[in-house]
Amino acid sequence: MSAHPMIDIKNVHKSFGPKVVLDGVDLSIARGESVVVIGGSGTGKSVLLKSILGILRPEKGSIKVDGEEVIGMRAKDRDRMMLKFGMLFQGAALFDSLKVWENVAFGLIQGRGMDRVGARAVAIEKLAQVGLAESTGELFPAELSGGMQKRVALARAIAASPDIIFFDEPTTGLDPIMADVINDLIVKCTKELGATALSITHDMASARKIADRIAMLYKGRLIWVGPAKDIDHSGNEFVDQFIHGRAEGPIKMELRA
Amino acid sequence: MDFVATIGRTFLGFLAHVGRLSAFTGTAVSHVVRPPFYPRLLLRSMVEIGYYSLPVVGLTAVFTGMVLALQSYSGFSRFAAEGAVATVVVLSVTRELAPVLAGLMVAGRIGASMAAEIGTMRVTEQIDALTTLSTNPFKYLVAPRLLAGLLMVPFLVLVADIIGVFGGYIVGIYKLGFNPATYLARTWEFLEPLDVISGLTKAAVFGFLISLMGCYHGYYSKGGAQGVGAATTNSVVSAAIMILICNYIITALYFGK
Repeated sequence: MSAHPMIDIKNVHKSFGPKVVLDGVDLSIARGESVVVIGGSGTGKSVLLKSILGILRPEKGSIKVDGEEVIGMRAKDRDRMMLKFGMLFQGAALFDSLKVWENVAFGLIQGRGMDRVGARAVAIEKLAQVGLAESTGELFPAELSGGMQKRVALARAIAASPDIIFFDEPTTGLDPIMADVINDLIVKCTKELGATALSITHDMASARKIADRIAMLYKGRLIWVGPAKDIDHSGNEFVDQFIHGRAEGPIKMELRA
Repeated sequence: MDFVATIGRTFLGFLAHVGRLSAFTGTAVSHVVRPPFYPRLLLRSMVEIGYYSLPVVGLTAVFTGMVLALQSYSGFSRFAAEGAVATVVVLSVTRELAPVLAGLMVAGRIGASMAAEIGTMRVTEQIDALTTLSTNPFKYLVAPRLLAGLLMVPFLVLVADIIGVFGGYIVGIYKLGFNPATYLARTWEFLEPLDVISGLTKAAVFGFLISLMGCYHGYYSKGGAQGVGAATTNSVVSAAIMILICNYIITALYFGK
């Protein structure tokens, strides 16, 4: 067991012009742990994920992945670091011009230099893991339903057997049954890989199912972090309001007439 | 004071834009010359630009050559200089009309499609997905398109040169009653290699600019469908303006003693 956490975020600040999005976030995720960050729309959940991935650069703070500082990392080192990651994007983000199997095998062929025949075999195996037939591999993403696209995106995220998987709103836009199927697949796939998972969602059913620990982001700070089983007894009125979806409470929606 | 502030803001915005474009160009060019290379993507872009633009460029060239023959005949006949028609057609087409008109047509066809494709990839997070799959978006999306533009627009202009002169020949022979052998002799008589080379130099610069504008505006597009639409418009307009400005500069360098 490694001494350091897999992901260690300390005092991270990120602003866009005058708008402060992350205002001193601290979060530590152990190897093999699944943490879900919950929070309303526009609270900075996606910005947090993109900061860890290096797609956005925080102004202040430290983000260590497997003991290595990622803020200010050189592009070459970042490409190497990315080999540890898999990510499921909110809108699936499948490449329209490539067939489904090519999407799944993309990281293997481009990122790891695997030959197309070998990568195709792995892609078909990963598609089977998410419950899709080999014939689906020959279709283009536009020919699939939303749920199937999410499954393909999940297969792509796990294709290279990453150490860390990020899930960005994995169930958004899906019906409740398909959402539960995706949740089950996420739990199954991360367990099988022994991967560390960081998910962001505002779907509480999803959070309860896939999280070991839940953290709530509000106004750029994590206001509560604790085991998933304790979420209903957090003693935090912000968390209570959010998980019960109440309009009344300390969290005020900024509505404009 | 508001008026001055507006001017200042606009100027600062312009400088920021120029800086961002310069950084984008530098990064893109550096990725054109550094491995890994993507020959399949380069080939696809070359076919898209070179092969599929042939009909539109060919049509533009043939009618331009035909109109040029008609116009110069009717103008020159006023001072009994009809014999110069063939020379005027070949010099105008090779030096100016083929590169500029082909450039503008390709800007409309290819620049717009690049901006729309890359812009859609940006707003649907496909570019972020590339990064998480250890693939540099500059290398994968921008470099092949830049190189293909640089190589294929000169090819298109060479074809346009031939078709444009042929258009003039058709009108000269069948409508204006020139002797075919005399027309061809007049075509070759005053044509120098520099006339064609200057046109091809322009074409290479225009091809690079068209791809650069398409990729740049697509890469930085935001805000969904409207943002992609704006990126498409901006790429065509900026490429067309840059083509016209660079056309003057290159002409001045070659012929402006």
